[in-house]
Amino acid sequence: MGHVTALQGYLLLAALLFAIGLAGALTRRNAILVLIGIELMLNAANLNLIAFWRYGPHPEALTGMMFAIFSIAVAAAEAAVGLGLVIHIYRFTQTTDLDQMNRMKG
Amino acid sequence: MRVPAMTIVFYVIAAITVAGALAAMLLKNTVHCALALTVAFAGLAIQFLELDAQFAGFAQILVYIGAVAILVVFAILLTRGSETPKEGVFSKTWLAGLAIAAMVFAVLSWAVLNSTSSLPGDSPKPTVSVLEIGNALMGRYVLPLEIVAVLLTSALIGAVIVAKHEKGSAK
Repeated sequence: MGHVTALQGYLLLAALLFAIGLAGALTRRNAILVLIGIELMLNAANLNLIAFWRYGPHPEALTGMMFAIFSIAVAAAEAAVGLGLVIHIYRFTQTTDLDQMNRMKG
Repeated sequence: MRVPAMTIVFYVIAAITVAGALAAMLLKNTVHCALALTVAFAGLAIQFLELDAQFAGFAQILVYIGAVAILVVFAILLTRGSETPKEGVFSKTWLAGLAIAAMVFAVLSWAVLNSTSSLPGDSPKPTVSVLEIGNALMGRYVLPLEIVAVLLTSALIGAVIVAKHEKGSAK
């Protein structure tokens, strides 16, 4: 310890971003901001994948890079569906405040 | 083996990324949050470029800054989400959420700092061309690629159907 290697630096940055995203997803009231927090967490995971790919033993195998690219594609699908759901819920309740969405009946 | 220290570039970009992420989670105005989010995404894209993952970096810029951030801004403007609620922007249980996030960060950083990695500290710089990525996507990773294509198609159609305005059904 005492000396942080490059891989550890990227992993620490990813851990910090994940914690910020998690804190936002758990504490914000606005549903869209919760989705933003989830996006930040997914991005932190992508940074981990790329860092391990770069400093791993076989970067030419492209495994970590492919994981990251597929993860970006799935995150885009998740964002589209999540924001569509938020807009739909807003039409019924006229709010995006999660503390006021306390019933499942439409 | 010489272990490379972190470069100044890494620290600067990391500071910008973390500042953007913090602003995205802390600001009161939701539109400002979305703009701060693009700063965090751009910082991450530059980190990807720093890690010699050019393709992933440009995919990050295209998908996140180009599509997801715009989608978030549209959703905010469609839902009057930019108005700050009277009760404040944080939920009643914010202390528990903050404690959970702090604990997660403590555990993760403890694990990262105390692990003796078997990986070499200074691996040679990988040179990956877009041609190799394309060959890999069309060869070894063709099945995941097709599945992602189906997933994206169904997710976007589903999002349109869910968000579509139905006349008469809304109360």
